[in-house]
Amino acid sequence: MRKYVVMMLVALMSAAGCRKDDVVYLPERVTVSQPVYTDIKGFYLLNEGNMGSNKATLDYYDYESGTYTRNIYGAANPDVPKEMGDVGNDLAVYGSRLWAVINCSNKVEVMNAADARRIGHVDIPNCRFIRFHDRYAYVTSYAGPVEINPDYSQLGYVAKVDTATLEVVDRCLVGYQPDGLEIAGDRIYVANSGGYRVPNYENRVSVIDLSSFEVVGEIEVDVNLEYVIGDRYGNLWISSRGDYYDKPSRLYCYDMNERRMVAQLDVAVSDMWLDGDSLYVVAGGWNNITMDYDVTNAIVDTRLRCKVSDGFITDGTEKRMQMPFTVFVNPVTKEIFVTDAGNYVNPGWLYCYSPDGVMKWRVRTGDIPAHAAFIGTFRK
Amino acid sequence: MALTGLHAAPGGDVLSDSVRLGQVEVVARKGYADVIPAQVLDGRRLERLNAHSVADAMRYFAGVQIKDYGGVGGIKTVDMRSMGTNHMGIFYDGIQLGNAQNGQIDLGKFSLDNMEQISLYNGQRGEIFQSAKDFGSAGTVYLQSRRPSFGDNKNYNVNLTFRTGSFGLVNPSVRFDWKISESVSATISGEYTRATGRYRFRYRKVLPSGQTAWDTTAVRHNGDIESFRLEGGLYGTLRRGYWQAKAYYYDSEKGIPGAIVNNVWKNSQRQWDRNFFVQGRFQKYLSERYAIQVNAKYARDYMRYLNPDTTLMYVNNRFDQDEIYVSVAQKLSVARWCDLSLSADWQWNRLDASLVNFSYPTRHTALVAAAAAVTFGRFKAQGSLLATFVNDRSEIKGTAVSETTRRRNFDKLTPALFASWSPVGDDRLTLRGFYKRIFRMPTFNDLYYTDIGNSNLRPEYATQFNLGATFHCDLKGSTFWNSLELSADAYSNRVTDKIIAVPKGNGQYRWMMMNIGEVRIRGIDVTGAFDFFPVAGLLVGTHLSYTYQRALDYSDPSDNVDAASTYRSQIAYIPRHSGSVTAHAMWREAELDYSFIYVGERYQNSSNIPENYVQPWYTHDLSASYRFGLGLTTLRVTAEVNNLFDQQYEVISNYPMPGRNFKIILKFEL
Repeated sequence: MRKYVVMMLVALMSAAGCRKDDVVYLPERVTVSQPVYTDIKGFYLLNEGNMGSNKATLDYYDYESGTYTRNIYGAANPDVPKEMGDVGNDLAVYGSRLWAVINCSNKVEVMNAADARRIGHVDIPNCRFIRFHDRYAYVTSYAGPVEINPDYSQLGYVAKVDTATLEVVDRCLVGYQPDGLEIAGDRIYVANSGGYRVPNYENRVSVIDLSSFEVVGEIEVDVNLEYVIGDRYGNLWISSRGDYYDKPSRLYCYDMNERRMVAQLDVAVSDMWLDGDSLYVVAGGWNNITMDYDVTNAIVDTRLRCKVSDGFITDGTEKRMQMPFTVFVNPVTKEIFVTDAGNYVNPGWLYCYSPDGVMKWRVRTGDIPAHAAFIGTFRK
Repeated sequence: MALTGLHAAPGGDVLSDSVRLGQVEVVARKGYADVIPAQVLDGRRLERLNAHSVADAMRYFAGVQIKDYGGVGGIKTVDMRSMGTNHMGIFYDGIQLGNAQNGQIDLGKFSLDNMEQISLYNGQRGEIFQSAKDFGSAGTVYLQSRRPSFGDNKNYNVNLTFRTGSFGLVNPSVRFDWKISESVSATISGEYTRATGRYRFRYRKVLPSGQTAWDTTAVRHNGDIESFRLEGGLYGTLRRGYWQAKAYYYDSEKGIPGAIVNNVWKNSQRQWDRNFFVQGRFQKYLSERYAIQVNAKYARDYMRYLNPDTTLMYVNNRFDQDEIYVSVAQKLSVARWCDLSLSADWQWNRLDASLVNFSYPTRHTALVAAAAAVTFGRFKAQGSLLATFVNDRSEIKGTAVSETTRRRNFDKLTPALFASWSPVGDDRLTLRGFYKRIFRMPTFNDLYYTDIGNSNLRPEYATQFNLGATFHCDLKGSTFWNSLELSADAYSNRVTDKIIAVPKGNGQYRWMMMNIGEVRIRGIDVTGAFDFFPVAGLLVGTHLSYTYQRALDYSDPSDNVDAASTYRSQIAYIPRHSGSVTAHAMWREAELDYSFIYVGERYQNSSNIPENYVQPWYTHDLSASYRFGLGLTTLRVTAEVNNLFDQQYEVISNYPMPGRNFKIILKFEL
């Protein structure tokens, strides 16, 4: 009988398979377009990965070969335990380096922009977004000081990171749960969300003086702020997510010279990208009235301070998207890229549109494709 | 019980028989085991499994998948035939355990210390004389706590057990049975568990060349638990009937070990649970043809979740639930070949939470079930109809609207049909089949959890078809074989309007519940049991189970363009192949047990690509025990080695499971 048991075991194992060694994630390359040679060589795309899945991954689109390569981090850095990390929240190229903010891994990953090889990392708990000025990186963080207090107020901060030593050299407390930030003139503008304080959202942009690295003022805008972008006319474009009940998502324009709010636009914003005078906006979300996902896209003219297009996608392909997550524009070719995060747990899509809004190609990405950074000699 | 018992013998005998056995379920199982696929773990076999909790033990059932986040205190839930945890009804001593908040019962909380039997039924239990709730799930698990039984001239039993071993486990328990009179007995049992939950785990990856890329070992933290259980029961027999009453209290504090991700090797979330219930049953044959059963229960559950890490969102939430349940079931034998039953249940649930904008839901549920069982020679059949009426009340929250009340009503009629046929006269070979359509109501979390809940949800349906056969024989004449049992079932299930969390928009942290999932499941469950004597005096028993499942995601037909597409791909964490083998050898006072569990390759989600691949896992457990007789008392000493080959595996990605671990059990009976 033992014999039969052993035979059954062997049969079961051979039918169903044994454990193998886990192999590092290997890059997967697909050709999506004809080669294009401009000052933009390509871009990195950071996939967030759903929280707890440890699946932040890095993809690369190469204009000069027309190829899209998924999952390049694992092969570029095979010796990093547990790969890139959990929830990639922001990505930027500064000089020769690629910086990835990995929110739930509490770190900013610093890589070589040429090949995504790891240089080091900066530990910043609950880090969110990154911007640069001179030799410093500025990173927003939700992390509050550790204390047990029933009236605990968990103010976030902006960390000042020396880009040479990768050390946090200073911290500046701002509002509650700071998200996007922008550096304009000698000021840092930080959009505070207050997302942990539902329903008492934040409504302020904190203003930090670059040289003293202290808060010198605040701007009241609307609830639950997310992004802030400065244009060449001295305007700040600030997005509010709304409160998800009665207050919708909106876009605000603040004149930094006159120090006053100059426009409020009824444009819902999930993500926005400034190229020239055009502010590209995408938004998506569940609509309780139509009982379907709404996908909207628009262009706001930053000089006229008004919406000039109700849809830069002109071929109807936005209907194929479930959850538009990010928009970015090639500053040379003016191609528009929109990511679709789908249902967040399965791989998403990257859509490439010609400047007149017709889909050129689309490609599978990692889970929740979200943040892009261009590589090349072109400077905005 | 009705079909085989009442007409075969005078009613009184059957009843005292079942009461003496103390197991109405067992009697029922014998009567209908062939009508409905059932799997049972009981007695010494249940004790001998190297299992700490009910969830550990249920890994040995065919068709069952466990979600296990690792460790002594880790949450463990069970899924039957890929229909989802919420489609399982879990009954404790005959009355359903509720969790109106999320519909899931953490079976890791129920220790095997005081468990007499675990039985699992696909469809529903093969019994028509039962409460309406017994008809109300796609699959049902009955947990039966130990009932007192006394040897000759004994009117008490004392059991003391002490377990210790890896993970800093200290687990004493005590049990006392008292025979108050010939017709009334009582039992009280208590258990304390404490464990640090620490264990080493190792992650390793290789380059395609086979060279090690990285290899890291760490210690699992924040998996500690401290828990206390106290339960007591009163059992009484009546002329042609019985009654029982019990009270249960469980109190625990545990760490939530969390996912291991890059740069994060420790978590600090805590959870407190307090569960209390009292319940009772009364059953009596008022005549030879008519019997009545009354059940009642009150339950109160408290849960607190704390995230003290202020680099993350500080959370300190408390949830309180109350449940009141009353049921009346009646059975009428209208002819020798036909029994009818009618049962009506009413239940009230309430949930209170310290969440902002919480809508304080309450729910009334009324269930009425009518059923019939017939026997025509070798053919048996059962049919039931269940009517469900649900009424929810909740508050509408918003910043602009003033608070108002929302009411929702739902009613539905669902059928089930079971049949079996023994082609060769005796019941050695039986063919069986069933059809059942049932639904699960959206839970309070699905409907009303602040921001995530969606009050427009509809129920989620499960439709099951099953065809199977059982074969068993006792080989009395053989000096080698003792007995042999085989069963095989093929099934086709469909879950529609499946409630799943989907993104709501703008950022990763916003989800909502929607009725958009559809899963089609085809599977085969095979079980076998072989007992034999390799040499005189040595009894060897083996059990095998094997499950093959294709559980395919039919939710989004448009997602059907490439390898990463989800349409018609295997759903998350369901292996195609899984199985178990247990072998047991007994020689005089010594016993040796071996068990093996295999769970095949799976994917983290319905996109079946290499990045989502999860390795198979298989563990070998060994235990040896010896029983010493010391006058009137006995002492059993058991030593266990679990995960003998120290496999480093995960059931859920990023939740490493323990490697090789040990346990010693001392069991003293007086």
